[in-house]
Amino acid sequence: MTSQPEILASDALHHVTFTVNGAAYEIDVPARRLLSDALRQDVGLTGTHVGCEHGVCGACTILMDGRPVRACLLFAVSVQGASLTTVEGLGEPGDRLGPVQQAFKECHGLQCGFCTPGFLTTITAGLRENPDPTEEEAREMIAGNLCRCTGYQNIVKSVLRAAEIRRESGGA
Amino acid sequence: MTTKRFGQRVARVEDERFLRGRGRYVDDLAADALHVAVLRSPHAHARILDIDVDPVLDLDGVVAVYTYDDLSGAMAEPLPLLIPHPDLTQGRTQYALAKDQVNYVGEAIAMVVAVDRYVAEDAVGKITVSYEVLPPVVGLDAARAARDLVHDDVPGNLAATSTQATGDAMAAIARAPHRLALDLDVERSACTPLEGRGTVAKWDVDNGRLEVWSSTQTSTGVRAAIASKLGLDLAVVDVITPDVGGGFGVKVVHPWPEEVLVPMAAMALGRPVKFTEDRREHFVSAAHERAQQQHVEVGFDDDGRILGLDVEIWHDHGAYIPYGLIVPIITTTQLLGPYKPPVYKATFHSLYTNTVIVTPYRGAGRPQGVYAMERTMDAIAAYLGKDRTEVRSVNFIQPDEFPYDQGLIFQDGKPLVYDSGDFPQMLDKLKALVGWDEFPALREALRAEGRRVGIGIGCYVEGTGVGPYEGGHLQVETTGKVKVSTGLTTQGQGHQTVFAQIVADELGVRFEDVEVVTGDTRRMPYAVGTYASRAAVMSGSAIALAARSVRRKALELAADALEANVDDLEIADGVVSVRGAPGAQVALGTLAVLSNPLRYAFDEASKAATQFSVGDPDKVPVPEGTSPGLESRDFYSPPRSTFASGMHAVIVETDPDTAEITILKYAVVHDCGRLINPMIVEGQIHGGVAQGVGGALYERMAYDEHGQLQNASFMDFLMPYVTEVPHTIDIDHLETPSPLNPLGIKGAGEAGVIPSAAVFASAIEDAEGLTITRMPISPSELYDLRRTHAGSDPDPVTSPPDARTEPDRPPRGRHDQEDS
Repeated sequence: MTSQPEILASDALHHVTFTVNGAAYEIDVPARRLLSDALRQDVGLTGTHVGCEHGVCGACTILMDGRPVRACLLFAVSVQGASLTTVEGLGEPGDRLGPVQQAFKECHGLQCGFCTPGFLTTITAGLRENPDPTEEEAREMIAGNLCRCTGYQNIVKSVLRAAEIRRESGGA
Repeated sequence: MTTKRFGQRVARVEDERFLRGRGRYVDDLAADALHVAVLRSPHAHARILDIDVDPVLDLDGVVAVYTYDDLSGAMAEPLPLLIPHPDLTQGRTQYALAKDQVNYVGEAIAMVVAVDRYVAEDAVGKITVSYEVLPPVVGLDAARAARDLVHDDVPGNLAATSTQATGDAMAAIARAPHRLALDLDVERSACTPLEGRGTVAKWDVDNGRLEVWSSTQTSTGVRAAIASKLGLDLAVVDVITPDVGGGFGVKVVHPWPEEVLVPMAAMALGRPVKFTEDRREHFVSAAHERAQQQHVEVGFDDDGRILGLDVEIWHDHGAYIPYGLIVPIITTTQLLGPYKPPVYKATFHSLYTNTVIVTPYRGAGRPQGVYAMERTMDAIAAYLGKDRTEVRSVNFIQPDEFPYDQGLIFQDGKPLVYDSGDFPQMLDKLKALVGWDEFPALREALRAEGRRVGIGIGCYVEGTGVGPYEGGHLQVETTGKVKVSTGLTTQGQGHQTVFAQIVADELGVRFEDVEVVTGDTRRMPYAVGTYASRAAVMSGSAIALAARSVRRKALELAADALEANVDDLEIADGVVSVRGAPGAQVALGTLAVLSNPLRYAFDEASKAATQFSVGDPDKVPVPEGTSPGLESRDFYSPPRSTFASGMHAVIVETDPDTAEITILKYAVVHDCGRLINPMIVEGQIHGGVAQGVGGALYERMAYDEHGQLQNASFMDFLMPYVTEVPHTIDIDHLETPSPLNPLGIKGAGEAGVIPSAAVFASAIEDAEGLTITRMPISPSELYDLRRTHAGSDPDPVTSPPDARTEPDRPPRGRHDQEDS
């Protein structure tokens, strides 16, 4: 056996505070704990899914201070003070679906639902930046997320429909 | 009147929970569970000399570590060979943990249980294994050459050779006016669901029950395997399939090593245990498919009518063969597609290699079979200088020839008899949809601009809805809500929606009042699984039968309650009423109360069924031949499979400089009998086409000569993003109902992917004027192919593709046998 450096896994815990979907959380985690694991296991919000753990599939995409980030590529300790939004926080008051969620439902934009949270967060941020995308821009908006079920056809439609819903409701 | 739901684009009931992040996938369960990490072989082929787990035992947070030596009883035996076959004489399956040899990179050797996955992986890194490395057998050429053997006791690396024939094909070919031979090749790909495998187990010590949640396509299969491996009575094992993040075939394999090891550990440790596969593990320790070499010989007449067809296939099934011969059987039988060669013979050889196992991936051998047949059709057309659709047409089974017996035995052990279809009409629809007849003008116009475009076609028939059976249970609660369960599982197909549509119509209740549960052995212990595009046909039919039984019971109860004749009753929106007698009605919920004679009243409604309130004192409360409750459990078992069909066409453009391949148009005509929910069927087709694009143009398993998978990540395995799929997929449906089931339906789940390799090969060949024999094809490969041909071929842009048919220039991979 070749000698390996002693594993860096220090058990030392780090105190981290942040908000998720408007609620404040304080957790104590090892330095190496991924944000995706912290959200799912320490915060207990399992809507954020882990599809590859190397930042390619986009299933774990969340919003950090409004911008889409891959939770599997961040350490939990690095989000001190941040404001995070996960799929659980995309709804409207009164337990109504948010515009992107509503559009996915109307357009059959999901099948197994595993990649869906990452698309919903990505598109939510994308439409804030570009509220009226062309079809080509809709494609670009989702071009960093993998889906194995839908062939993306209805996801592109969902982006365009979500933009419509946002406009109809006064552009959230 | 209740709105008819069957056939409507009903929005999915599943979506609410998925869209809100409230789905429950395996890894979302059991927050208190211990986590597993598996030590996997770094070598493709090696003997295990020693495993040292000592450094792990004292690590903080490690609870247990298992190697083969810790297994006993049935757990120490190889995993089951799930589908035996008389021709499978050399079946080998792996151990849950490797015994003394590893046969692929990724094979499980040891399992650590720890407080979390981080610690478990730390521990795996500290286990030391001594290996004697053996020469690996990688790829079909090496397997066929058999200079090295995967298993010492399997000569020639050959698990099975199997032949089916309807006559003397070679004699028929020899007599034919024209003959061709083709050598074809398809590489490996994989299902690659976004959610990998996963299993959670809890031993409930108080109840003496084992509860297992697994991301599987067969709960009942997993349950039986666990009971058998752990020596438990079936009655104390529950397997529940929660939400599943995609399957596409890979999750029908069972039991995975972890699927029995995790329950074993949960029982031993008395604590919940969880295994969540990571992405690399999925690449190297789940399953792949597709790799085949094919040799086709065909004889045909001047019209292109096939007179004899002989096919030999070499199928790479990986290091073990737990799923038997299903994939190559499907290849060799479904190869025939919509055609009727009078004499056909197919032989396959299923070969061991030191690579990940091969088990069904959406299409399950059909894409390769269709590829062989459609390449042959294109070759015949090219040879005769005929339109490719014309050659297909003269070989079609005609609409008046159904049921059509192909004279072979299908994958389900039943005769390969097509139940219905209309191939000529389907081809007409496809040609109209894609603009087949207008294409030559388009091609010429674009050529004038220096652009290369080509059109391709692929036709297939898909045996769907294979037996043996599925069941449906349906119960009307006293609230009027209808609870439905079926045993097969769901991986995104919308079963909760489509089965509720069926029940709403059959029973006469509001769609919103129907709730469907799938894949829970507590609710339906008899089931087979979700594979072979069978869920809608099998469980849909079983649920329809159960709904009809409940309807009959409800009508009989209502006839008593309303003192009316059964024939005068109707059910709508969950209320039974007497036709033409306004006010004479009773709700199904009330009938559910009356169906269960009671001694005790536990609420207002149940008072109506107590002993002093209801029933004829002169009759027994539950007459012989009846049972309490407004419920029924029925099973559907088909005589044989039902055959769906489809035809795809694609227009591609190839870049003259970079050889990049761009899709300009994609058209699908599809026949899955009666459509329950066209929105869901179209979604299935979209997804299949995208996987097909991946399989034809991008995805492959890049093994090196050492058996290392070099692209075991999403960075390197090129799954299509939205940027790679067609911008639109034009779909037209044809509905030839199946006569084999009560709803006239056929399966739809796999269809979209089946003709992809064939249709892209056809189109690229058309664009380039080069013969395509290997798929997938990348821009680099196309570029190399152009260079190989550059010496002899004139510029394909200026030369019509028909030039390739000239006998003095036989293209590579296709041999004109006219003068042989």
